[in-house]
Amino acid sequence: MTSTDGSGATALLRAHALHKSFGRTEALRGASVEVAAGEVVALTGPSGSGKSTLLLCLAGVLRPEAGSVAYDGSRLDDLPEATRTRLRRREFGLVLQFGQLVPELSAVQNVMVPLLLERHGRAAARTAALAWLDRLGAAGLADALPGDLSGGESQRVAMARALVTGPSVVFADEPTGSLDRVSGEDVMEVLVSTAQSTGAAVVLVTHDNRVAAYADREVVLRDGAVDDPAVVR
Amino acid sequence: MSTAHVLLGVLAGGPAHGYDLKREHDARLPGAKPLAYGQVYATLARLERDGQVEVAATEGGSGPERTVYAISEVGEEVLLDWLATPEQPGPYAAEELVRKTVTALRLHRDARPFLAAQRALHLERMRALVAEQRAAPDVEARIALDHTIVHLDADLRWLDDAAARVADEGNALR
Repeated sequence: MTSTDGSGATALLRAHALHKSFGRTEALRGASVEVAAGEVVALTGPSGSGKSTLLLCLAGVLRPEAGSVAYDGSRLDDLPEATRTRLRRREFGLVLQFGQLVPELSAVQNVMVPLLLERHGRAAARTAALAWLDRLGAAGLADALPGDLSGGESQRVAMARALVTGPSVVFADEPTGSLDRVSGEDVMEVLVSTAQSTGAAVVLVTHDNRVAAYADREVVLRDGAVDDPAVVR
Repeated sequence: MSTAHVLLGVLAGGPAHGYDLKREHDARLPGAKPLAYGQVYATLARLERDGQVEVAATEGGSGPERTVYAISEVGEEVLLDWLATPEQPGPYAAEELVRKTVTALRLHRDARPFLAAQRALHLERMRALVAEQRAAPDVEARIALDHTIVHLDADLRWLDDAAARVADEGNALR
């Protein structure tokens, strides 16, 4: 196995030689990547290079057809669906481009959802959710409905929801994709500094170089694999 | 300053005289400032002094005498070294990136290792600037850094586009 970074044995998350197709489109063709605990990694590359598919495979949302994904030394891709979902809820947080908040629930209720799914009591869940909104500078938005929030505010709520369970890894797919430059910077600042303070690793997909510059390390994808210009194709 | 390198790149394709070199340079780099003849001859004189080009022939004929230059072994080494080395990212590096990539492609060399190395170096600089900006005490400092960051970002986008075009070309040939 070839190591794609210098983290070696300390990798928290390790994808090896992943293949994933959608119909006749091969999104991943042998992609391998490792993420160390607490590391911020940016997946970049042209449209259609497979970066979002790789992120969703790493997050256990998609199951690759070939190759392996290991989290903390255990295979993730061959776990039964229910076990994988439980692990994902506890260990992983997910932030998508448009927040993906439940429109009928207030901001604080949205943040409570992962805790309620984990059978935490309502009162404790509400206290934790409010604390996270406060920490992300969104305490004043607790009772607002998603429809009344700006893009940047929605992303703050989505980040609170991703972080409330104390995940080891936060996955973010184009977290600033729908935001203007300054709001995007704000979201990245909050995401990276919060992850650093909780020790969570961050894996983010972006096509914005300034966003990629927030990461400790960049992994460039091309045609479904990690780009290695030394390899003649 | 790398007019010398681009001229070496042209000569790597075969001997040429000053007029051809100027024409070829301007055709290869349509976005750049056209070369003045004086600059071509001054550069050739310097390259000859440094042993990077040699006089291959002197053509007489009806008009004025014309000197044909050829690249030397030393010149080839200098050229290959230049093609393989990424530039320090900075406000004046942009044109150099274009010169280098176009020269490599004209010589049918794989430009991807250079483009990838250059992207890594640019992103490293971007990372340092973003970190500096995050720590900047006031809005003035952040605004000043924005200017450098935005220009660096333009270079990075050009590097990505160039890599995509080179890859497309490779796929088309496959």
